[in-house]
Amino acid sequence: MRIADIYEELELDRVWDPKRVVALIDHWVPAPSIDAAIVHATCRRFVEKYGIENWLDMREGICHVVLPEKGFVKPGDLVVGSDSHTTTYGALGAFATGMGATDMAIVLATGEIWFKVPSTIRFNVEGKLQPMVMGKDIILHIISEIGVEGASYKTMEFAGGTIKKLSMDARFTLCNMAIEAGGKTGIIEPDEKTLEWIKERVKQPFKPVFNDPDAEYEEVIDVDAAGLEPQVAKPPSPENSVPVSEVEGIKIDQAFIGSCTNGRLEDLRVAAKILNGREVAKMVRAIVIPASKEIYMKAMREGLIETFLKAGCVVCNSTCGPCIGAHLGLLAPGEVCISSSNRNFVGRMGSKDAKIYLASPATVAASAVTGEITDPRRFA
Amino acid sequence: MAMKVRGRAWKFGDNIDTDVVIPGRYLTLRDPDEMASHAMEVVRPDFARMVKAGDLVVAGRNFGCGSSREEAAFVLKRLGVSAVVAESFARIFFRNAINLGLPVVECKGVSEAVNDGDEVEVDLEGGVVRNVTKGVELKCTVLPDFLMDFVRSGGAIEALKRKLKAQA
Repeated sequence: MRIADIYEELELDRVWDPKRVVALIDHWVPAPSIDAAIVHATCRRFVEKYGIENWLDMREGICHVVLPEKGFVKPGDLVVGSDSHTTTYGALGAFATGMGATDMAIVLATGEIWFKVPSTIRFNVEGKLQPMVMGKDIILHIISEIGVEGASYKTMEFAGGTIKKLSMDARFTLCNMAIEAGGKTGIIEPDEKTLEWIKERVKQPFKPVFNDPDAEYEEVIDVDAAGLEPQVAKPPSPENSVPVSEVEGIKIDQAFIGSCTNGRLEDLRVAAKILNGREVAKMVRAIVIPASKEIYMKAMREGLIETFLKAGCVVCNSTCGPCIGAHLGLLAPGEVCISSSNRNFVGRMGSKDAKIYLASPATVAASAVTGEITDPRRFA
Repeated sequence: MAMKVRGRAWKFGDNIDTDVVIPGRYLTLRDPDEMASHAMEVVRPDFARMVKAGDLVVAGRNFGCGSSREEAAFVLKRLGVSAVVAESFARIFFRNAINLGLPVVECKGVSEAVNDGDEVEVDLEGGVVRNVTKGVELKCTVLPDFLMDFVRSGGAIEALKRKLKAQA
């Protein structure tokens, strides 16, 4: 809504290029309050007034999952989004970064924006991941190593043998959380896997950008994936990650699987594998939110949704939901949530007196079953 | 706009994230003053009520990390905060603040040099943070001219409006 309001101030009768703008609504959908409904209505009026061509309303899901799925992001693109997790698209070899409403209004008006060219930290990730250890564990570990300011203003490049083997879903998770270390973007050099993934999605021509052989890095950091345990970030910061063994046994009230970080098909599959034939602990509520309609439909066809429902989970429509403390699972004072999302800040998912632990969907699912933080390798 | 600001310092720690500045659940509020009344309530419930026009926010490292919500800078400006002085800033907040005409100043050592309640003056163009109460001076960053122009204009939109008018 802020973008629309700011744009009105400019008294322009058009946007720079209605074809190169994608708009959708993913926060607070469907509207849980009159105030949210007004925000959405303002957005719809804006889209109609300025003839934004790519308008998805609330039909498709969370933007950072939907834009790549729908082929709106291509390797080599420069993408700006009015959300901090825009860094996600770096998994396709795009330079993607988040900005606020005024910056976005200026982009909409002029097609131009100022940038400081960032230096790059390269993370060389090597070694075979243990079963039930996921991309989320790699990125939580990296953030704990460098801290929430460790990549401030910088590009985080993820490379090495482990990254080559990672699924696209896991690569999106890595780049998604670059912002949690202050990164301007997270990026992975496109390879055969990237090109295969976008083949059926991207219809327009594109020109991938690859690393220069003599590229200079501010720093190169080696990461051992083989020895990596599942990670859990303790409240109230994503940098507080520790191996799951250090927090096992902490009682939980809520388990959340979803968000632009970990609501993808691979995430739902691993969670369903753990929950299959089991039940969510009696005093725990588990919430599953497939991040997009495409994922939701695939999960239905694969029987994952049925598995979740049988296990006692609540499955909601594709939206940001509780990750931003919007709706669909806010926390009461004193409650503990284990979440596959990206931020465990004070008050992020409801009461400021609730605690949020961040983990992979595997760790969240395992914890949902036992009612306490649990190493998912017990279910491997 | 005066390029010097002066007021009481409201002191905060490191890694003040945008969910702390303004929690997500207030972002749909339509009344800007109602939204601003929740600023910083997570860590300092009396802040929004007590802060006076001209006062400054002084903080540690990585101020404004987290979400891209411009409302974080907006609520501080709405409450009359004249500048945010921190050891360092997260980049999206940094941009948002300048875009709204809220001066942001990086100042190494400010967490040590300023206590809550001190009278602080910032010379935005001269690059000096002065703790009037203690009689201490620190150097701080000066924004490049094109960004200072946003601050002088009262925000990037005002600056753009002027530019568009000049082109018309």
